[in-house]
Amino acid sequence: MGILTSDNSRVCDTTGLKVCLQSEMLIKLNAVVAVVCLLIGVLAAFGLALTRWETIGLLDPLMYYRFTTVHGLNMLIFWILFMEMAILYFAGTVLLNNRNASSLLSWGQFGLMLIGMGMVNYSVFTGRADVMMTSYVPLRAEHEFYLGTILFAVGALLGTTNFFANLYVAKRDKTYKGSIPLVVFGALAAAIIAVFTILHGAVALVPTWLWSIGMMEAPDAGWYRLLWWGLGHPSQQINVCAMVAVWYLLGTLTVGAKPLNQAVCRTAFLLYILFINRASEHHLLVDPGLSAEHKMWNTSYALYLAVLASMIHGFTVPASLEVAQRKKGHGGLFGWLAKAPWGDPGFAALFVSLVIFGFGGGITGVTLGTHQINIVAHNTLRIPGHFHMTVAGGTSLAFMGLAYYVVPLIFRKEYSFRGLARIQPYIFGLGISIMAIGMTLAGSLGVPRRHPDIDFTDAAIKADLSAASPFMALVGIGGFIAATGALIFILLTVHAVFLGASNKGRAMTSWQKPEQDKLTRDLMSTNWNPEGAGLKPSGTSVLTLLLLAAFAIYYFANWKALADVWHVS
Amino acid sequence: MADQPHVAVTEGADDGPVHWLQKLLDNPWLLLFLGVVVPTLSYTVWGWVELVLMKKAELP
Repeated sequence: MGILTSDNSRVCDTTGLKVCLQSEMLIKLNAVVAVVCLLIGVLAAFGLALTRWETIGLLDPLMYYRFTTVHGLNMLIFWILFMEMAILYFAGTVLLNNRNASSLLSWGQFGLMLIGMGMVNYSVFTGRADVMMTSYVPLRAEHEFYLGTILFAVGALLGTTNFFANLYVAKRDKTYKGSIPLVVFGALAAAIIAVFTILHGAVALVPTWLWSIGMMEAPDAGWYRLLWWGLGHPSQQINVCAMVAVWYLLGTLTVGAKPLNQAVCRTAFLLYILFINRASEHHLLVDPGLSAEHKMWNTSYALYLAVLASMIHGFTVPASLEVAQRKKGHGGLFGWLAKAPWGDPGFAALFVSLVIFGFGGGITGVTLGTHQINIVAHNTLRIPGHFHMTVAGGTSLAFMGLAYYVVPLIFRKEYSFRGLARIQPYIFGLGISIMAIGMTLAGSLGVPRRHPDIDFTDAAIKADLSAASPFMALVGIGGFIAATGALIFILLTVHAVFLGASNKGRAMTSWQKPEQDKLTRDLMSTNWNPEGAGLKPSGTSVLTLLLLAAFAIYYFANWKALADVWHVS
Repeated sequence: MADQPHVAVTEGADDGPVHWLQKLLDNPWLLLFLGVVVPTLSYTVWGWVELVLMKKAELP
């Protein structure tokens, strides 16, 4: 095993970093529960995909609604937030050469989140909360659904508080020099957004819980939606910050990359902190109670500063990879990509998630968030098409890539079936992309989200959406492939954690070819300056121009689509 | 300061004169304050005020 020190920590055999043993235990526990939640969400995803594929039509409407609730809560909230807690423990202690600040807060975090997750899943599985993740009032679930959500949120707040305490202790004890590392700064941005998110969740859900037990009248629907989306969308912005931090971390671990410009990267995170939470407004763009000024300021003006931040990260992350590869001698416009360690699932997950998030989620997100264009897309299948490219193809895939390093470094267990692990990120990324493209195309024809009966059978006004059938088949096929990719990840990870070979006392087995691994390790341990190396990220510049061109075409095509249905004379 | 091995992922910002923006970025408490207050005012409070001031719709 690694060298044990006198302060309940060990020294990592691979990186040489000091690992606080209590943090290590909490990272393990949060990661294990996260994977269990992912499994629940994936099993539900099979049902959803095989229902949306109209040829199969697996589930009846009620079960489809219930499966969607299970899928949304476990994928968007539980899997992601348990993983983020693990990241906060890692960033607040291991990367700061620090010990965990508070056992009470930490165990409180894990216990409350576990109990809350269990209560919510019990309520949904037993048919007591068929309310979707959004649980819009006056639709009412049984009381344990709201109480479980509140307990989960309080647990997350305790974990976040512990992270801030870790920052305080590290600064007080001078465990690091200068500023905190960039990955920790990304985790800090995620933690700040989490505080905003959890406070809004409390304000929305405590009265709703009191209503569910008969202690007060139903909350106003408009008020609830305003407050709930202060929870619902920012919880996904926590994901964005954590995902970007993971991108930088994986860039270092897989190719020895360093952030191209620390100040610019940190400023981009600052823009997230100040402006990204306005994205909540996207869900309210057709709500009658809010003014056009409120909607436009919070989407089409202030939010663009957060989009600017994403564009900065979208450039600096691949540019950092490119400069590191060039430093190793891989030249040419795209030689750095050709020589990249594509067989390393950590790198594969990083790059595939970067592409899906940028070209898919980013472009569609900015377009759908535009107040005017939103009217032709609101509540259509285009919206899940967008967020499956951000949260699933982006964040979840990045977290899977992180797991391929967390399990060997923290659990100190090696993955088996390594050939399957190497292609898993591609399977998942391919499936999510096919599914999201199918959703986007079907939604463009008007197919609604949230219910499978797209023709509105027995309704007074029928809709003929038969033209969308091929795209719905894409949704089903892509969803099936993606769920299979996620299931492979889960099985590989569970096998590694419980049955994998131990690597205690030695460095983890590299995912890369020996010559690639040597170059990466050498670069990681070298003190070099990516800005001073005279290495230009020209390949990334070309990719960035391609992204901007794709965005311009998609954005203006949507204005054309709007003009086609909304004639102004 | 305790010893920490040199690994790129643990590197902070460059040493040298500290710019005012860097001072802001190095203050997690100020960032926390701004990160909660700015969107709360812009999104929540403004929206809440609009909902509270909305007149009751009259049926024709």
